[in-house]
Amino acid sequence: MLAWVSAIVQGALLGGLYALFAMGQSLIFGVMRLTNTAQGDFIILASFAVVSLAAIIGLPGAGASWLALAALVPIAFAAGYGLQRLVLNRVLGRDPLPSLVVTFGLSIVIQNLLLEIYTADWRSIDSGGLNDASLRLADGLAVGILPLLTFLAALGVAVGMHALFNRTAIGRAFRAVSDDREVAELMGLDHRHIYALATGLAFVLVAIAGTLHGMKTTVSPSDGPALLLYGFEAVIIGGMGSFFGTLLGGMILGVTQVIGFHFDAGWGIWLGHVVFLGMLIVRPSGLFPRTR
Amino acid sequence: MTPPAIAPEFQVVRATRASRAGAIVAALLVALLATLPLWADAGTLHDLDEVACYLIFALMWNLLAGYGGMMSIGQQAFLGFGGYALLVMANLFAINPFVAVPIAALLSAALAVPIAGLAFRLQGGTFAIGTWVIAEVLRLSFANWSGVGGGAGTSLTALRGIDRVTRVNLTFWLSQASAVGAIAFTHGLLRSRQGLALLAIRDSEVAAESQGIHVRATKLGVYVAAAFGAGLAGALYFLGNLRISPDAAFSVNWSAFAIFIVMIGGIGTIEGPIVGTLIFYLLNKVASGFGAWYLIGLGLLAIVVTIKFPHGLWGGLSRRLDLQFFPVRRRLLLPATKDK
Repeated sequence: MLAWVSAIVQGALLGGLYALFAMGQSLIFGVMRLTNTAQGDFIILASFAVVSLAAIIGLPGAGASWLALAALVPIAFAAGYGLQRLVLNRVLGRDPLPSLVVTFGLSIVIQNLLLEIYTADWRSIDSGGLNDASLRLADGLAVGILPLLTFLAALGVAVGMHALFNRTAIGRAFRAVSDDREVAELMGLDHRHIYALATGLAFVLVAIAGTLHGMKTTVSPSDGPALLLYGFEAVIIGGMGSFFGTLLGGMILGVTQVIGFHFDAGWGIWLGHVVFLGMLIVRPSGLFPRTR
Repeated sequence: MTPPAIAPEFQVVRATRASRAGAIVAALLVALLATLPLWADAGTLHDLDEVACYLIFALMWNLLAGYGGMMSIGQQAFLGFGGYALLVMANLFAINPFVAVPIAALLSAALAVPIAGLAFRLQGGTFAIGTWVIAEVLRLSFANWSGVGGGAGTSLTALRGIDRVTRVNLTFWLSQASAVGAIAFTHGLLRSRQGLALLAIRDSEVAAESQGIHVRATKLGVYVAAAFGAGLAGALYFLGNLRISPDAAFSVNWSAFAIFIVMIGGIGTIEGPIVGTLIFYLLNKVASGFGAWYLIGLGLLAIVVTIKFPHGLWGGLSRRLDLQFFPVRRRLLLPATKDK
């Protein structure tokens, strides 16, 4: 019995990480209807960037890792802004094909660049023992500190994004260009700039997700597509356009995977995918659909 | 009052000069290919087997994305399924492997019907990633099936009783005939009423529906046909390679290569995937030794072509020179207009 409770708790916390994978994706899709098929690879790229930046900083323990994340945040924002202005803005349009091809091409380029620079070896980000520390709730039931921290980060991002979209000027601009680009332009918004801000912000979320993912587990250059699929499933299960829905979707996916692993190591991921497909049959628009 | 009879003063023409010349060249090429096993070495034949598989797979991806408006990253689901269906029939049920190839393609097509029921709930970009998830489900399912070797895969042992020359030649003829068949099928489909409906759907689903086109049924038909082609390509590929594993059969790289071939060659044309396959094959021969850098180059090339030359190499040439070997357009020829 306790084993099941434990599996559900671990799965729910794992779902926080999946939701974090998805938040940037969700933001970009919400603002400009662009499906970024390189999302997972950007997360892995961020993990490797933190590994390298921490090595440059050279402090012992987790201090270097957190400083590396702090250094990566502005770099990630600039990279996202630049990518949108220079590349992605050119492929937006009614036809989703060009943007899908371009982001899919980026995915292949990133994976193979990482392979060339870092080889196929696994790396991980030093969390200063945080990944091993746990909080004992009862006999046989403990939660890891890092998964808990990750889950709280995901919750914080969901609350923050919700507030940003509903309470701030930039959030209003995001909603405006999403609802009707032409009218937003008439009101004096430059959609190319707004889109680029959204992608820059999404890349900051990617940097956070990549850091926490690299602390939790080892990363290798070809891991990206799996993360893309988990994040995507969290978004669809939760319902497009709702950040809290994405968090809940991630939790459902996480619990399913952990329960699947509990039965047999080979079927955990499979069961997660199947539950996602089952959701498509039962509720194709997700749990909390919000058409913006 | 009866309306005055109007003599038809116009003509609808489809063939172009290039298409008539092209038909002769194509016929010669097919004859050449048919005799190839008599004088070419086994390595060349095997290379051309793989070219045929890539060509069939790319033609079907082009049909889906370039004509059906369905951008899929999951066509490897049907390619891998075709390969495994061949293996299961040949190894476990002792069906002649060459007979099993078309049956494997049919099974892939049959699988496409329930899968479409799932995938068609998603649109645009979400459709693309959703199809990828479905391919992953198939990969993990076969990886967990110990009867076909699990994650490590297995060999096509059923071919052991057949002597080598017969096997190589039969595989070659089957793959080349399939490639020619795939081109003929695509060309025939696009010239038919269904092809016209498909073009209308690509331009606007809503407008097509309002003109009485059964959008969903037409898209389903294309999806199933593309699955048949992908299954055929998979069965042929693993018939030639004698070994299959879930990671090879359901690799997303299949979709990556199809996207590359079609975008470089020219999406939404029949010549495009043919040109793209030849370029892809030559690049593969010359540069695949560079490993990761080769793939980085392919990815960058696909990005640059999509942004700068969205019609691809063939699309650009065809527009500039008004050249079409497989014309699907109807042209109206009017008599020289007279002054009233």
